[in-house]
Amino acid sequence: MDRKIDYKKTKKRLDGRKMDETRPLSIKTGVIENADGSAYLEWGQNKIYAAVYGPREVLPKHSADPLRSVIKVEYRMTSFSVPQRKRPGPNRRDQEISKVLGEALSRAVFVEQFPNTEIGVYVEVVDANAGSRVACLTAASVALADAGMPMRDMVAATGVGKAYGELVIDLNKDEEDAPDAVDIPIAILPNSEEIVLLQMDGLLTRKEWDAIAKLGIKGCKQVYEIQKKALVEKFELSEAKGKSQVAKEKTVKKKTVKKTVKKVKK
Amino acid sequence: MRDTVMEYETSKVLKFAREGKRVDGRALDEMREITIETGMSENAEGSTIVTLGKTKIIAGLKVDIGKPYPDNQDEGSISIGAETLPLAHPDYESGRPSADEVELARVVDRGLRESKAIDFKKLCITKGEAVWVGFLDFYALNGDGNLFDAGSIAALVTFNNAKLPKLDKEGKIILHEYDGKIKLARQPLLTTFAKVGGKIMLDPTYLEEKASDARYSAATTDDGFISAMQKGVGGSFTLEEVDYMIDKAFEIGDKIRKQIKQVK
Repeated sequence: MDRKIDYKKTKKRLDGRKMDETRPLSIKTGVIENADGSAYLEWGQNKIYAAVYGPREVLPKHSADPLRSVIKVEYRMTSFSVPQRKRPGPNRRDQEISKVLGEALSRAVFVEQFPNTEIGVYVEVVDANAGSRVACLTAASVALADAGMPMRDMVAATGVGKAYGELVIDLNKDEEDAPDAVDIPIAILPNSEEIVLLQMDGLLTRKEWDAIAKLGIKGCKQVYEIQKKALVEKFELSEAKGKSQVAKEKTVKKKTVKKTVKKVKK
Repeated sequence: MRDTVMEYETSKVLKFAREGKRVDGRALDEMREITIETGMSENAEGSTIVTLGKTKIIAGLKVDIGKPYPDNQDEGSISIGAETLPLAHPDYESGRPSADEVELARVVDRGLRESKAIDFKKLCITKGEAVWVGFLDFYALNGDGNLFDAGSIAALVTFNNAKLPKLDKEGKIILHEYDGKIKLARQPLLTTFAKVGGKIMLDPTYLEEKASDARYSAATTDDGFISAMQKGVGGSFTLEEVDYMIDKAFEIGDKIRKQIKQVK
């Protein structure tokens, strides 16, 4: 990337965003029919499917926990989701991400209600441009809620960090490649502000961290609003469907009533 | 518990089959509704989502520069992979590709490759040195049977719409810039049947597959060729049955090809 780029001078980011502006984010529930809960999320160029199955029997059996449900996350990317083809099958990065995402979600779900079971959470990235793990966590959380899982809160996540001399939220790929880039995936339970995911690599001063933490929590809360909106839409939709269903049944009833009336007259 | 439910459901499929009916009300030779959407993945050189009833799959193509094989100095190559993600069905498992996934990928691959729809010589950049190598991978997003036909449609549409990357003066790929397409000489498509309770059913659902004794797929082209066949599962077919399925495959294939023509 061009070393001359300086966000302190440009005041705007490479893609025109403000420093504290998140890329466009939209979430839809109920996209995978076989799943108990599911979500499709678009976050900038990132496109993610998430599906939840369970609570169900744990296989292999010895990995069951007699006190709680085990949340098993599988984070995967399709081979064509990145500019350089990714070899199919999970690599070490996928495995680590799966682990930390599962740990983050375990805090949100009342796992102790389903001992000896497994909740399978599968996230698939079909197009990626930086920040796919926080996008996956955000989608997975909505899919869990869509499955009707008892939860103490949602998990809302965002990327935050530093690029081209400024502190920024939700870094894109160009910013991740900046010479001074610091990328910090962070996730919180928005109501208690508990931090459930935090990773970082790069160089930061203590002062920068203070500002970044604030920015990150603010970003997560914005994400939380969109998660809530997706869930509200789900129930509004099903309510509307329910109403039309009732209306249909009513007309059917009327017709049958008329027929029976005719028969009686005969 | 799941097994018990499954047993009940498949016995229902069989009971219906004996009366010449299907659980979802379709005629034995009726295809489910197909929808096709393209271009969702910006990082892919081509991508397609196909739904076939409740079955939903996504396919994507990545193209890279590679060395030609020693015996084909002026030919590029393609390879096709298939994955039944655990995201798509409670019975799908992750891990090494299962025999089913390998068969699925290879049958879709053969239908396309053996039809000679893609001229590998046209994928040559510099003889003996550089050729285009295409990897098409498709993934089940929601599994409800007949991934063969869904995969075949997705693969064909993806290749029809794929863009080849632009090269700089040194012959390296310029990211996100494109130059030219892969021209297909013909349009091969798979059509798959299952034999359930002695009846031939077109486009089987997951439950119909579970209840079936045998499976048969034929790839047909728009110019009257059969380019691949595959019989699967333990049971058998009579020659009359195979002949019937081939004729049907051409008829259904032509219908779907018409729909594919509308896709941009």
